Amino acid sequence: MYVLTENFALYGKGFWGTVQLTVYASLLALVLGFVMASFRVAPIGSLRVFGTVWVNVLRNTPLTLLFFAVLLGLPRFGLVLPFQVFAVLALGCYTSAFICEVLRSGINTVPKGQGEAARSLGMSFGQTLGTVVLPQAFRSVIPPIGSTLIALAKNSAIAGAFSVNELLGTYKTLSELGYNIVWTFVWIAVGYLIITLSISALFHVLEKRYGVAR
Amino acid sequence: MTAHALHGELESTALYDLPGPRTRRRHLVYGIASTAVILGLLAWILYLLFDTGQFTATKWSPFLYKGIQELVLRGLGNTLKAFAYASVLSVLLGAVLAAGRLSVHRPLRWAATLFVEFFRAMPVLVMIFFIFVALKAQPLPALVAGLTLYNGSVLAEVFRTGINSVERGQREAAYALGMRKTQVMTFVLAPQAVRAMLPTIISQLVVALKDTSLGYLITYEEFLHAGKLIASNLDYDLPFIPVVMIISPIYIGMCMLLSWFATWVARRERRSPKTAAVEVAPAEPETVLPGR
Repeated sequence: MYVLTENFALYGKGFWGTVQLTVYASLLALVLGFVMASFRVAPIGSLRVFGTVWVNVLRNTPLTLLFFAVLLGLPRFGLVLPFQVFAVLALGCYTSAFICEVLRSGINTVPKGQGEAARSLGMSFGQTLGTVVLPQAFRSVIPPIGSTLIALAKNSAIAGAFSVNELLGTYKTLSELGYNIVWTFVWIAVGYLIITLSISALFHVLEKRYGVAR
Repeated sequence: MTAHALHGELESTALYDLPGPRTRRRHLVYGIASTAVILGLLAWILYLLFDTGQFTATKWSPFLYKGIQELVLRGLGNTLKAFAYASVLSVLLGAVLAAGRLSVHRPLRWAATLFVEFFRAMPVLVMIFFIFVALKAQPLPALVAGLTLYNGSVLAEVFRTGINSVERGQREAAYALGMRKTQVMTFVLAPQAVRAMLPTIISQLVVALKDTSLGYLITYEEFLHAGKLIASNLDYDLPFIPVVMIISPIYIGMCMLLSWFATWVARRERRSPKTAAVEVAPAEPETVLPGR
């Protein structure tokens, strides 16, 4: 029971590490997912193929294998970066495939007539995309993006198994210090619950504010 | 690319009209440019691989030995064994939990809901580590138990969604015929729900298959573990990249095969007359926000 109060600094550091990893990887995943989604709906064949291969390969890759390959593989090519950067890269690229699919199906839910109407009013491609298609797509992708980002937060625990600068990683230090291992894990679990439930709450608010009842 | 093919591919989006001759010429130029960039990227990766000497005979020689081939195959076998146990057990647990969540007895419903929501919100790796480190289980039971708790909870939600998506008239007609609630569930609702949710269930099993690789982190002697053993062998000049190049296509290929099977099942079930009273789910894992 005293594990938390006596090691608050250690838990806090791990918690903060997980939050940072989640935020940075989410940003990378959202940006990369957006780029890949635009490749997948582009009128250019080679970009579509690239996007499709990216999504299908990454969606079917075990994340541990990706971490294994990135953490131990990239240094062989002379690319030596801090562990955190590698973790963000692996998590971000992996999640981008899921974000891409969510965004793509969001764009596909916008009826074709919306775009045709916009163009017949004389809107340019940028206007059609920015004022007609994307706002409507945004409304329908809020819940699936939320659950994808929750999955990302949970997957960040894999980084914790490789290093100690993360919430799950704190158990190694604490068990070496001789604390009760069950309580150590209870507080780790509480930490993850706080993160996943706050993402969930955030997206529930977003959905209430912007989502549409279909 | 013909205009027709392009049109067919993009028919469902609101983004473009059918391109005219000038646009098509412009797209052709963009297409050639982007192909060149992508091929350049691939060539650069290949150059890096050759430049750092990944294709030397020493690095690939370990795969010629029978002992090492057996090591890899044993790892693959252990991965599949964990997957088989975990998938069977999580389907069973999912069915039990779904029955609990759909129960008419309030305490049972609350207990099942609490269980499902907790294990869905918890990283599966934390569960596996807890069972492995705190409960001091062997690697295989720890991995299987962790995967079962997580995937069982997700599958419970899938089953529940499936039962609720069966048209209301089916349930009402069954009750009107004088069936009891267990009969309604087992003879009318569950068969249709399983057909509707089969693509989602298989997609969730892909998640379970991918997550068996977490066993590597608790020293379960699975596929990645075998790869790591070979890769850290100094006699073969640390053949890490060759190991990754052999392991990842097999692992990714297995997952792709199962994903493709889910898509095939989805298409088949949609055509089947037995799913007339229910909507067949797409072949994707469940993506419902927790807490609803």
